Amino acid sequence: MKKAIVFNKVNKSFGKLQVLKDIDFTIQEGEFFGLLGPNGAGKSTLINILAGLVKPCSGSIKVMGHDVIQDYQKARRLLGIVPQELVFDPFFNVREMLRFQAGYFGKGRENDDWVDEVIDSLDLQDKAYTNMRMLSGGMKRRALIAQALVHKPPVIVLDEPTAGVDVELRKRLWQFIKKLNQKGYTIVLTTHYLEEAEMLCNRVAMMDQGKIVALDKTRNLLKRFAVKNLNFRVNLKGKKIPASIQKFIQFKGHDSISFLIKEIGEVEFIISELKKTKINILDMELINSDLENVFLKLTGSKK
Amino acid sequence: MKNLKAEFIGTWTLLKKELLRFWRVVFQTVAAPVITAVLYLLIFSHVLANHVKVYDNVEYTAFLIPGLIMMSLLQNSFANSSSSLIQSKVMGNIIFILLTPLTYLQFFLAFLIASIVRGIFVGACIYLLALLYVDLPLLHPWIIFGFAIIGGALLGTFGIIAGIWANRFDQMAAFQNFVIMPLSFLSGVFYSIHSLPPFWQKVSQLNPFFYMIDGFRYGFFGQSDVAPLLSFFVVMVFFVVLAFITLGMLKSGYKLRS
Repeated sequence: MKKAIVFNKVNKSFGKLQVLKDIDFTIQEGEFFGLLGPNGAGKSTLINILAGLVKPCSGSIKVMGHDVIQDYQKARRLLGIVPQELVFDPFFNVREMLRFQAGYFGKGRENDDWVDEVIDSLDLQDKAYTNMRMLSGGMKRRALIAQALVHKPPVIVLDEPTAGVDVELRKRLWQFIKKLNQKGYTIVLTTHYLEEAEMLCNRVAMMDQGKIVALDKTRNLLKRFAVKNLNFRVNLKGKKIPASIQKFIQFKGHDSISFLIKEIGEVEFIISELKKTKINILDMELINSDLENVFLKLTGSKK
Repeated sequence: MKNLKAEFIGTWTLLKKELLRFWRVVFQTVAAPVITAVLYLLIFSHVLANHVKVYDNVEYTAFLIPGLIMMSLLQNSFANSSSSLIQSKVMGNIIFILLTPLTYLQFFLAFLIASIVRGIFVGACIYLLALLYVDLPLLHPWIIFGFAIIGGALLGTFGIIAGIWANRFDQMAAFQNFVIMPLSFLSGVFYSIHSLPPFWQKVSQLNPFFYMIDGFRYGFFGQSDVAPLLSFFVVMVFFVVLAFITLGMLKSGYKLRS
């Protein structure tokens, strides 16, 4: 498998503040890769260096073998970037913007069929001749994605594409991005919605305070840091929870208890201990761990 | 060859976008400066016609017109590149250009040519309207055209510098009001510098706008305050210096790439 993006010991400081520390990893061609982290983790700075908008203090980034600084023209032709902010040019309509964007990449009239295909794929047909400033937020987001695709880049980077987007559009965008990946595009998704990454990405890197704190296949990370929440609604009636299961307690309310467990066998043990003390179980649920738990564990944050 | 074609399409696309940008607001970018220049012409020619001595055999009104055309051309060339850049920076859509493989030279050329085109277009409109008012000779059309191009290029380049440097609209307004406006008003648009006291004649000769207007006016009447070749040389030197500064700024990504 070929390398789509290689980050090689990338460091970046703004004044005395070091925002990226030795970022070093590789994204393979055809991957659906997630770059996760809270606000301020350094995800956007890393993407901006990849896009050539920010210069690294040291280190390098290559897109399909082309350095983003030394060989920037080739690197940028291979990249489609969807910026985080809803930026647009108020002078032009959607189709004009897409044609201009393709033109900047050296694509002429022969590319118009592809522009139409992108417009259709993103359900922008009705808005193709609408001025950008007249579009709703969701439509502007689609137009931004279309702009990143008009020059047919094999590597697409989406910086928080669903930030501030309603649930329905979010799902439609997910489907669209999934389809692109199935067609062979390499997708890099930055997000702080862990649910989004868990659902879409085969592999994720988690960033915190400018560092990569985890890098693995999504399922491996979930397995490695697997924890489950065992939640009970109970009738305590003044009874005490046995000391033997106190260590599992994550939360205790007046009629509810939440346990954090690692092994499924611990479920049986906790239930039997509760029964021994004649605590009446009214309801029960078992919740699998998600990337949010993994992230909180890795960064040492408390929920 | 394929790369050359791609680079031509890239430059042409950015140029087309810049041309369309000012054309979409043609009342603001063309009609407004043309009306302003015509008002200057009507008022100043009426008030000053018998008070200001200019060249022999040249009426004051006729003398005024090339100056007004060039002043508007220069101001609009500056406005085109500077306003496009500051708007794109403030609105954030400059990113659409920065993400592309366009080189700093392509960027420079597209903004420069668009500025020259707008400047000349505004100037041509003023000339055509002025013909209704006074008969204006065109003794040396190529000199007129040459000064229009180099003048538009110089101010278009200066506009790129201002657009990159300014972070806010008020900083851009300061450029317009404290640099461009005084230099254009004190450049001999409304008078011949020979009518000034010797000290102010020397001061005027430090103003590049004076050489652009004086050389441009020579193309109409065959008369000027200084030799047109000297004017062209001075303007060219200013252009080359500003072009090097601009290309340096674009190459380094000054205020565009952090």
